[in-house]
Amino acid sequence: MGVMIKRRVIAAAVVAGLCGSVANAATTVTVAAFPALDAAVKAAIPRYKKLHPDVEIKLVSLAYADHHVAMTTSLATGANLPDVMAVEVGFIGKFAESGGLEDLGKPPYNAWQYKDKFARFTVPQATGPNGSLAAIPVDIGPGTLLYRKDLMDKAGVTEADLTKSWESYIESGKKLKAATGAYLIASAADIKDIYIRSGLKDGEGVYFDKAGKSVVDSPRFVKAFELAKAAHTAGVDGKISAWSNEWAEGFKRGQIATQMMGAWLAGHLQNWLAPNTKGAWRAAQLPAGAFASWGGSFYAIPTKAAHKPEAWEFIKFLTLNKEMQIEAFRKLDAFPALIEAQNDPFIDQPIEFLGGQKARQLWKVAAEKIPAIDVDKYDSIAQEIVNAELEKVLEQNKDIPKALADAKALIERRARRR
Amino acid sequence: MEAPMSTSRSGAAAPAKSRRRLQPWEWAPYVFISPFFILFLCFGLFPLLFSVWLSFHSWDAATGLGGMVWVGIENYEFVLGDEWFHKSLFNTFWLAVASGLPQHLVAIPLAFFAHTYLAKYRNTVVGIYFLPFITSSVAIALVFNSLFSRDFGIVNLALTSIGNFEVAGIHPLAWLFPTSNIDWGQPQYTKPMIAFVVFWRYVGWNTVLYLSALQTIPNDLYEAATIDGASRRQQFWYITLPLLKPMMFLAVTMTIIGNLQLFEEPFIITGGTGGLDQAGKTAAMHMYNTAFVDSDFGTASAVAWVLFMLIALLTVVNNKVFSQKD
Repeated sequence: MGVMIKRRVIAAAVVAGLCGSVANAATTVTVAAFPALDAAVKAAIPRYKKLHPDVEIKLVSLAYADHHVAMTTSLATGANLPDVMAVEVGFIGKFAESGGLEDLGKPPYNAWQYKDKFARFTVPQATGPNGSLAAIPVDIGPGTLLYRKDLMDKAGVTEADLTKSWESYIESGKKLKAATGAYLIASAADIKDIYIRSGLKDGEGVYFDKAGKSVVDSPRFVKAFELAKAAHTAGVDGKISAWSNEWAEGFKRGQIATQMMGAWLAGHLQNWLAPNTKGAWRAAQLPAGAFASWGGSFYAIPTKAAHKPEAWEFIKFLTLNKEMQIEAFRKLDAFPALIEAQNDPFIDQPIEFLGGQKARQLWKVAAEKIPAIDVDKYDSIAQEIVNAELEKVLEQNKDIPKALADAKALIERRARRR
Repeated sequence: MEAPMSTSRSGAAAPAKSRRRLQPWEWAPYVFISPFFILFLCFGLFPLLFSVWLSFHSWDAATGLGGMVWVGIENYEFVLGDEWFHKSLFNTFWLAVASGLPQHLVAIPLAFFAHTYLAKYRNTVVGIYFLPFITSSVAIALVFNSLFSRDFGIVNLALTSIGNFEVAGIHPLAWLFPTSNIDWGQPQYTKPMIAFVVFWRYVGWNTVLYLSALQTIPNDLYEAATIDGASRRQQFWYITLPLLKPMMFLAVTMTIIGNLQLFEEPFIITGGTGGLDQAGKTAAMHMYNTAFVDSDFGTASAVAWVLFMLIALLTVVNNKVFSQKD
């Protein structure tokens, strides 16, 4: 008898448990992301479960390039779409113009009300050509100049020498080369990349004007090419492309003395590129008062997603929840797009890798000043073409106006279906 | 044959009656072979036909199927007049010849050598040559990238240490060997480097093909030739080579097809970009980049079909060359 009762109790408990879990799993929100953003989602799941026990979050993570290829094909066929789609800034222009993403500016989302909560250059990046808001920013990469303090001291170069003007920056490189043999900069193309982004006003594009005309033959590009060529002629560039073996070795052996990139590079240097150079680096603003951003991630909802309201709730939690943003900031060093989170005391903490410098304060200032550049879906093609022409200028002494005219013709040709 | 005929006749005579049920042994074979046809339809025929259809459209895949716009032959016009496509075709042919020709010129004598002189260790030696073929191309690219690293690679280390070899204050070899590190990423080195990797990877595969063909040549031919006083070289020229011709046709055809579709090696070695000045960008890479970097799937399909026609043409030419009776 006792055994019978026990069995019944167990059976009832099992049934109840099953029912319970079925009820809990009523909605499963699928999130598609890529590293290291997926770590932030993973960290958010248990916190979100506490608030919304009735929603399951399923994370699908692919490598950066694979993720965006998979999302492109999913958008193409309308199948296997996630409810929440992470999009990197390099793809946001393309995806925002595609029409495959929900306009989060319209009801029921009404996301324009949050516009001023985010670093001001981010929202225009996610805005489509017809004024739709395709995605919500989550993290950003304010640009910074990282430099080896020890090598600069040896060469008698100060931080002001590096940042005063581009001419002074290149001049410092000569001194540095003479004193230490190290390259000032890995690739002369970096100078071009920053110069073409400096001095832009809100709403202006890097490669195209409002009418979609290519502007690569403007004085901005001529000067950028001239500066890159000057650095190359002075022999201060290492002709090393970023993320190559030479690049990593160059950092480890102190052969590359400065690098201009997103603030997150400090974390990469510390974790795997050159952990042995701890304390030798410092951060500064980009030379000649330039402000630019490297990378940045967004969350979007596909038009054909199955659980839009739940997806929107989760996106709001990931992007607008201060605690969540601060946790990602502290644990993953993902610089938050949410301004509120940028005001966390974490910003004032010294960074040991940068010799105890409170560099995050610097990056916060940069984040405020980065212009809200207009993105175009042909930006990546234009970038590829301009880089190829710069290569010809540097390596084969091609005439700069001729190179830019060729670049313009090539861009217009490839952007033929505007 | 007789039974089904009669039933169908009776069925025609009485149309009101339901048709005779098929027996399991009649439909079962179709079920058994259906997986191939279903898979082929889904993953072979449909994409093939869809890409033909697509090549006449303008389509940014991210817009979904509704975003397809009919443009007629505009994609083909664009591709045929496109400087980048021409360049990638030139690269493809350059690589096909520079990596394909040596493969066969080395593989045939190598197979002959292994067949004639190596009795005991033949399989081991051929196995070693075959190893690169089954090695993952990512691993190959990593190894070659570190070998050819400009500042820290062993190739530059070896070359410059020979170049800087010093006897009594002079460098006797400096005129032939470099004295400072070579930047292998420069456009003039990209294609030879890729060609070398492709050659290295496929020479073993061709050796195995030729070796298997050699083993089918009857030994009495060689014995008779020896009795007639033919030397080893004469035997190679007048017996081995003519009898290898069918295998040469197969191997060369496969090399042509493989090399014109060359993708993996240049893609990984140049990091997907084709290298400086697009020096290592093949037609297949151009197609991939047009689709997945430029999001222009219509033009990419047109590239694919132009490439297909070129390969078909070359295969026909190859067929003509090898089928000539002499």
